[in-house]
Amino acid sequence: MVRHYETVFILTPVLSEIQVKEAVKKFKDILTNEGAKIENEENWGLKKLAYPIQKKSTGFYTLFQFEAEGSVIEKLETEFRRDERIIRFLSFRLDKYAVEYSVKRINRLTETKKEA
Amino acid sequence: MAQEGAVRYLSPVAVDLQKKKYCRFKKSRIKYIDFKDATFLKKFLNEQGKILPRRVTGTSLKYQRKVAQAVKRARHIALLPYVTDLMK
Repeated sequence: MVRHYETVFILTPVLSEIQVKEAVKKFKDILTNEGAKIENEENWGLKKLAYPIQKKSTGFYTLFQFEAEGSVIEKLETEFRRDERIIRFLSFRLDKYAVEYSVKRINRLTETKKEA
Repeated sequence: MAQEGAVRYLSPVAVDLQKKKYCRFKKSRIKYIDFKDATFLKKFLNEQGKILPRRVTGTSLKYQRKVAQAVKRARHIALLPYVTDLMK
């Protein structure tokens, strides 16, 4: 059963720009190899955390919204746990209202990109 | 006889007239509460960052659970603090 999922993860701020891109690309490949279709990918860049995680107070936020089988999530999460650059991750399933909301959100983002 | 001394008010004491509370989600027909926009969720937190009860915000049970779930997710990925002072 193909379902919509959304996962947000935070990378340690210690990384350089290239390492961040490489890490994001690594997880993107994991998803695409598993046959997931990535609908939306957002990079919020360096943001201040509300409370220090592992003694760090900032982190690189990235968001993936994709459509995949249920089993893909397990593999993705083990990868998250194994990779020590990730300090926190959260993935959850989008119900039908969430999907509607995300479609609106994507349109809004693409519009702002066009204007910018 | 002891009643005599009791203070009698001319007009009934006006208990602070409560304006009718409504659930903002039903009214504006918001169906999904996104845990990513922290500014919106902050309306449901008090200064210490704790979730406000339904009797204060007036939201219905269904949406209060969604708000609580969204706040807990936002806290997990450090968009909202677990506990703080004078957050507003």
